[in-house]
Amino acid sequence: MASAINKLLDWMLSGLGLSVSADSAVGYIVAALIHITLIINLVAVGALVFIWLERKISGRIQDRLGPTRVGGKFGWLQTLADGLKLITKEDLMPDGADGFLFKIAPYVSFAASIAAFIAIPFAGGPYPWIAQHLNTGVFFVVAVLGLEVFGVILAGYSSASKWSLFGAMREAAQVVSYEVPLGMCAVVPVLIAGSMDMVVIGNQQAGLFTNWFIFHDPATFITFWVYLTCATASVNRAPFDLAEAESELVAGFHTEYSGLRWSFFFMAEYGSMLSVSILASVLFLGAWNGPIPVASMLGLTAANGDVPGYIGNLLGLLNVLFKGVVGVSVMIWIRWTLPRLRIDQVMATCLKYCTPIAAVMFLGAVVWQYNLPGRTFFGLLAAPQETFAVDEGWAALPTTTAEPAKPAMVERGAATSLAPRLAANQGRGN
Amino acid sequence: MSTVDDPRTIEFDVRTDEMLVNMGPQHPSTHGVLRLVLRTDGEVVSEVTPHLGYLHRCAEKIGENLTPRQFIPYTDRMDYLAGMNMNLGWALAIEKLMKYEPPEKGRHLRVIISEMGRIASHLVGMGAYGLDLGTFSPFLYAFRERERILDLFEEVCGARLTYSYITVGGATADLPPGWLEKCEAFLTQLEPIIVEYHTLLTTNSIFIKRTAAIGVMSAATAIDYGTSGPVLRGSGVDHDLRRDGEEIYTAMYDGYAFEVIVEKNGHYPKDHQYPAVPQEAILGDCWHRFYVRMLEVMQSIDLVRQGIDRYSRASGSYGEPMKLNQKLPKGEAYLETEAPRGQMGFYIVSNGEAIPWRARARSSSFCNLSVASELCRDCLIADVPAIVGSLDIVMGEIDR
Repeated sequence: MASAINKLLDWMLSGLGLSVSADSAVGYIVAALIHITLIINLVAVGALVFIWLERKISGRIQDRLGPTRVGGKFGWLQTLADGLKLITKEDLMPDGADGFLFKIAPYVSFAASIAAFIAIPFAGGPYPWIAQHLNTGVFFVVAVLGLEVFGVILAGYSSASKWSLFGAMREAAQVVSYEVPLGMCAVVPVLIAGSMDMVVIGNQQAGLFTNWFIFHDPATFITFWVYLTCATASVNRAPFDLAEAESELVAGFHTEYSGLRWSFFFMAEYGSMLSVSILASVLFLGAWNGPIPVASMLGLTAANGDVPGYIGNLLGLLNVLFKGVVGVSVMIWIRWTLPRLRIDQVMATCLKYCTPIAAVMFLGAVVWQYNLPGRTFFGLLAAPQETFAVDEGWAALPTTTAEPAKPAMVERGAATSLAPRLAANQGRGN
Repeated sequence: MSTVDDPRTIEFDVRTDEMLVNMGPQHPSTHGVLRLVLRTDGEVVSEVTPHLGYLHRCAEKIGENLTPRQFIPYTDRMDYLAGMNMNLGWALAIEKLMKYEPPEKGRHLRVIISEMGRIASHLVGMGAYGLDLGTFSPFLYAFRERERILDLFEEVCGARLTYSYITVGGATADLPPGWLEKCEAFLTQLEPIIVEYHTLLTTNSIFIKRTAAIGVMSAATAIDYGTSGPVLRGSGVDHDLRRDGEEIYTAMYDGYAFEVIVEKNGHYPKDHQYPAVPQEAILGDCWHRFYVRMLEVMQSIDLVRQGIDRYSRASGSYGEPMKLNQKLPKGEAYLETEAPRGQMGFYIVSNGEAIPWRARARSSSFCNLSVASELCRDCLIADVPAIVGSLDIVMGEIDR
């Protein structure tokens, strides 16, 4: 996008007799600003929508109507009205609180929640819609989502409230429990794709839904459910919402928060829910590929020109968002159905059950890949395969071999795509 | 002579402090204004001390300044979730002092109304227990059903919470025409819904994890602390005042077929249509206390049906309310009745005037709560709401 913006700027400024070169820093800065504006708006509007959705869904589950008045028949502006109320509330801080940490904690959580979206692709193909195309995207997203915990722990520590402290300690105990199986689950699709690049992972699932990694083999199918469990735990949603546990810890880590700061915690929570759901859709549910490859059947691909490619990407974006919303809705559904686990039970669930299961599934995926490379569970159905050349940036890595380190085409199956990289690694003496 | 090689020594060297935490009186899961002081070491609670008195309204003293019928509204406000049963307890105690026997129709009316009150109360107990364990929806389902009962009660006496309906001598009015049919229709609707609650809570594996083998109270402990009601029966003690109480109270249930809900050989009466006791559950734990309550709802549905049948066949009057300023006979009377939360006792001393010389209430929740510190020893913080919730206390009754 940066070079495109540079070209645009060049065209605009040419009338003034100025010019911007294609790799000028200006384009990158403007592109970064545009991206971050889009992402912040996505998270903020997403939170607005999800809070409304949560109220409506919980209302329906509980035989109520939910909000009905603000903003028309369905009360869809209720969240905005509540946001206005929160902004106008008095800015309170407990006397004994550690002022700096107390003030910074919600923003730490919120920033971490937003940062994950930097590496999340919203559409694929050769020209993916992604803020920063990282070749270690999965790793980055999982790592950054873990940062959100710092905000929670800081809030609990700095609030000078015993309940907050309990919430913070629980969060700390919880994070070491779910991060392990979550990481192991995320590794399984990486193993199959042979890449940590989320665009590559998504592109490999193109075609019919049988190509989605959830249906790749029995191991990935089970891994998906383990991932869903751990993802729910990672965003502090019921039945793993121990850090706020309103029936035990009053409100846990955000007991002393009110007004805008409190709403930032809230937005961070919903932002993280969306990001883990989109991560699930990219890793397991075919990312921007619908169940049936309508876009490519209609010829809406980048190969047929810019405009069809753009429309195809737009459909992909809708796919990603739809899958994300479905994921969030499932979490909402779970929250209003199940009781809360106890802290020792959460740790037991994550460490004693999820971790071994994820490890065995990882092994299962390895065995499948080794014996049936490039084959999916549904068999052996020859689904239409689409491959895209994606610049993974491997060329930038220092290599000492004569072998080309940059694969020209990333194809289905780990065996082919891994080979040059393995060679490169051996060349470096690893 | 400690060496760093010994892991126990290292662990011992890490100094941890105990922390005193106030759970309540403003806390979401202390059922009103109960204050529990927790002595915690991390998540482990070593001691729980209940503090009372935040809802004290001098009800007993007021009872010494009003005539028995004037005091009826104050009994409503004791256990405000089972006002009808409180009215009944007070009315029966006065009737015992006056040696008055209500007519047959009045007895059946009281059975219908008090068992409906028990259903309403247990529904709240069930819903609030779900809330204590972190699930919100069952609470609203329970309230949806309770609303129907409150509608029925409203039709009977005009009030939805503080009824003052059952009174000394009978009731303030007869059941309105068509009420019995509505009541019957409600019961028919309620019965299948109870099965849904069992799927949602009783057999939910997280629910079982949170309640089974938590807060186990042996039968001996339950008797020692003077617990009563579902809390006592949850420990396997076969005691129910509707069967074992005094003649004046049990006479109300003469000819009614019902079994006391208590575990016998791993089974409960009336549990044939529900899932069996899970293996993890130990007799006397939170799960059993909850299950006893759920089965008592079924028991009460059965009793109300029998009551409707008998009431519609009975002839004569539903009773005659005592005059407001009628003089009481000299003497004293104490009577305990089986309220939804346990044995609710009223004690009256009269010196021959219209106003009792002494009025006193014995609260079931008070004794049930007293066992909390015993049950919560060395549990986790999350277990405290689970245990206190399973005792199903109402602060209005404890503080009076």
